[in-house]
Amino acid sequence: MELQDKLLSSYVAFENKVDINSDVHEIRSEAFKNFEALGFPTKKLEAWKYTSLKSVLKQDYSLFPNKDVAVELADVKQYFIHEIDSYKVVFIDGKYSSFLSQTTHDQYDVCLMSSALSSPKYKETIDKYFNKIAKQDNLTSLNTAFATEGAYINIPKNTVVKKPIQIINFTTGSETATMVQPRNLVVVGENAQVQIIERHQSLNSNPVLSNIVTEVFADKASNVDIYKIQNDEETASLVDNSYIEQKSNSVVSVHTFSFGGNITRNNLNFYQKGEHIDSILKGVTIIEGKQHVDHHTLVHHIEPNCESHQDYKGIYDERSTAVFNGKVIVEKEAQKTNAYQQNNNVLLSDKATINAKPQLEIFADDVKCSHGCTIGQLDDDALFYMQQRGIPEKQGKGLLMFAFANTVLESVKIPEVKQRITKLIANKLGVNIGFDL
Amino acid sequence: MSKYTEEQLEEELKTQEYKYGFYTDIESDTFPVGLNEDVVRAISKKKNEPEWMTEWRLEAFRVWEQMEEPEWANVHYEKPKFQDIAYYSAPKQKPKLNSLDEVDPELLDTFKRLGISIDEQKKLANVAVDIVMDSVSVATTFKKTLGEKGIIFMPISEAIQEHPELVKKYLGTVVPTSDNFYAALNSAVFSDGSFCYIPKGVKCPMELSTYFRINEGGTGQFERTLVVADKGSYVSYLEGCTAPMRDENQLHAAVVELIAMDDAEIKYSTVQNWYPGNKEGKGGVYNFVTKRGLCENNAKISWTQVETGSAVTWKYPSCILKGNNSVGEFYSIAVTNNFQQADTGTKMIHLGKNTKSTIISKGISAGKSQNSYRGLVQINSRAENARNFSQCDSLLMGNECGAHTFPYIETKNKSAQIEHEATTSKIGEDQLFYCNQRGIDTEKAIALIVNGFSKEVLNKLPMEFAVEAQKLLEISLEGSVG
Repeated sequence: MELQDKLLSSYVAFENKVDINSDVHEIRSEAFKNFEALGFPTKKLEAWKYTSLKSVLKQDYSLFPNKDVAVELADVKQYFIHEIDSYKVVFIDGKYSSFLSQTTHDQYDVCLMSSALSSPKYKETIDKYFNKIAKQDNLTSLNTAFATEGAYINIPKNTVVKKPIQIINFTTGSETATMVQPRNLVVVGENAQVQIIERHQSLNSNPVLSNIVTEVFADKASNVDIYKIQNDEETASLVDNSYIEQKSNSVVSVHTFSFGGNITRNNLNFYQKGEHIDSILKGVTIIEGKQHVDHHTLVHHIEPNCESHQDYKGIYDERSTAVFNGKVIVEKEAQKTNAYQQNNNVLLSDKATINAKPQLEIFADDVKCSHGCTIGQLDDDALFYMQQRGIPEKQGKGLLMFAFANTVLESVKIPEVKQRITKLIANKLGVNIGFDL
Repeated sequence: MSKYTEEQLEEELKTQEYKYGFYTDIESDTFPVGLNEDVVRAISKKKNEPEWMTEWRLEAFRVWEQMEEPEWANVHYEKPKFQDIAYYSAPKQKPKLNSLDEVDPELLDTFKRLGISIDEQKKLANVAVDIVMDSVSVATTFKKTLGEKGIIFMPISEAIQEHPELVKKYLGTVVPTSDNFYAALNSAVFSDGSFCYIPKGVKCPMELSTYFRINEGGTGQFERTLVVADKGSYVSYLEGCTAPMRDENQLHAAVVELIAMDDAEIKYSTVQNWYPGNKEGKGGVYNFVTKRGLCENNAKISWTQVETGSAVTWKYPSCILKGNNSVGEFYSIAVTNNFQQADTGTKMIHLGKNTKSTIISKGISAGKSQNSYRGLVQINSRAENARNFSQCDSLLMGNECGAHTFPYIETKNKSAQIEHEATTSKIGEDQLFYCNQRGIDTEKAIALIVNGFSKEVLNKLPMEFAVEAQKLLEISLEGSVG
């Protein structure tokens, strides 16, 4: 059976398991109808011109994995940023693992979407924020239709979250193929601060399809830092839909590190609803084999005096393909906007492909908007210089590539994350860079 | 058989079933509105075209029927009704005027400001000119010079008669009939256009633009241009005119094909200043053009365009860099004012080794207009050492207009080097202030700044047009500063 039909026909079974009289279920049913009408995206859609989900959708995914699989901490410790103390919200095959998690309700809520959706205590927040900025497009609708579990983070105003929050989704591969659809909601109050690290990891090489939706609301003068680490098995596909709404004077940054996966699609959307907002979107992509990474960003400048900074670097080897589609919209009212977008790419192989589409749509005149996009190779002179001084070619190339990606790492605020990423990059490039950062 | 008389014919017509379902009087000068196979056949017959040409048109028509109008462009307009258009009409005889005094003073004023000579003004405004007037004799001399060099330059309908082998060989090779909706439509119904062939190693001794300007016949609605530059030749060609064109046809769907063989170079410049509609955005020409050039080894094609007219423009002059070491260039200024919409840009398809392309696009939007750059740079996996540089700058005047950039960059080769830059800005207040301080009024200052902004492109135009184009920019943007 086609995945789409399977999803559609399983909805009845799904409805047996959830409270169908809740307000949330109304939203789900609406989204379900929407998905039913739209179906999965095809290459005919401009937004999916360069990314085909065809091969991914062919798998026979188990939609509601039932088996409880015990996961030992020792086996998965490496996937955590374990050097630091942190809150953890961990899911195994889409189900919450209390054993691996560390949540809190002290001062702020770092807990589960399922409890937030069912408990009256959270109803006000859910009513106000749930599915309010998520687009009504096909995959987001599909996620909304089946939304039950994920991380729920609510930080009241004037609160600084003491330690970073890690949201980790493991898939065990207990079924031949698994589809998971986590749904996260992050509400950050006025003047509050939070750091979030997100990761998806499959524990064996059975195919996985994750279709995740995260909504982030950053109130006035709040500060939100999100790190997405994508270093999965080559059989795991990920569609990450993130929607971020910012109010005046807030700063939100999202770093996306894509080092592995079958097909990885990042839909990152920023909506600026206030003045003096800063949105930061950064990414490093280093892939090889037949991997495919697609970054689709949108920054919507709605009000005046805001800024956005985008910086995406990519290194592609073997038969990998990459897409960068960055869109900046500046509305008529958004005067004095400063929007920067930078996308630099290095192809290491003739079989690798990069498709870039940096797009600007500007309706205001008093703005500074620029984008730059380059595709090139490592500097031969620089490489020669190093070889002259006794650094082997491979090492030299690694150093150059490391330097190339480094501008993105500079803005990583958690030292342990920076270190981890540095190591991942060094491993990826197959060199010992010989120094710690 | 010769006994077949009129009476018999009459009899036959009475009894016979209506054979074609549609009847077109090919003797009449204007066909009834609508488009079907018979109309296409009739157009072909009217032009006395050989069988293969008729078939070619029909094939295009059949393809067109299956196609849908493209909607992806960032423009909004009321779709032309294709069955409400008359697809053939003999060139209209404009009323001849006796002197310039009878010409619309507004038009004359524009001519004057563009710096067009009195004789040319007369020609453009369709005023009867004395037969010994300089330009006419110049034209005759031109024809002679071209003939001596073996250059063929004539209306495409004549070329189909006189040089069928050349037309047959190259027509539709760069822009196939099935390329897109408007190209297919053009292929089926094109009325006329130009054909130009430069033989091996010949450097065309004059800018064909100069010739063109004097002989400009009134551009058709579905114009077809084919320029073939044989090995090692060079030609510079200019279409259009800075003078405002008051055309009654709303839909224009032209096709231009350029073929530059080994070591050849073609420079194609366009100045387009068709009726953009009035200040409320009513009327104006729809300009849906397909332009493409093919470069063989070491060949070079350079597109330069100044687009100031038309209500809706949809145009992407492209280069297919098939040969090794071939070069493609695109220089464009697109100015939109009031309610004009332009979606324009280029495609650079790198297939050969060591191919180079340069894209410089300057968009200026004022009033309530929308200006988009849409471009594609594609490096194929065999295109070793391809090099591209793109720069798209937009200038916005006022906060009711929009500037958009849609660049597509597709690279499949690791040795490619691609740079793309885009900026959007407005005219700086400090720049204006600086000019004002020195006694230059705001309107003049803006003209000055816009000229500076467009300089890189204006410099690429043939000399005599560069000056006029500069003035044209001024006039197009007049009154856009509050």
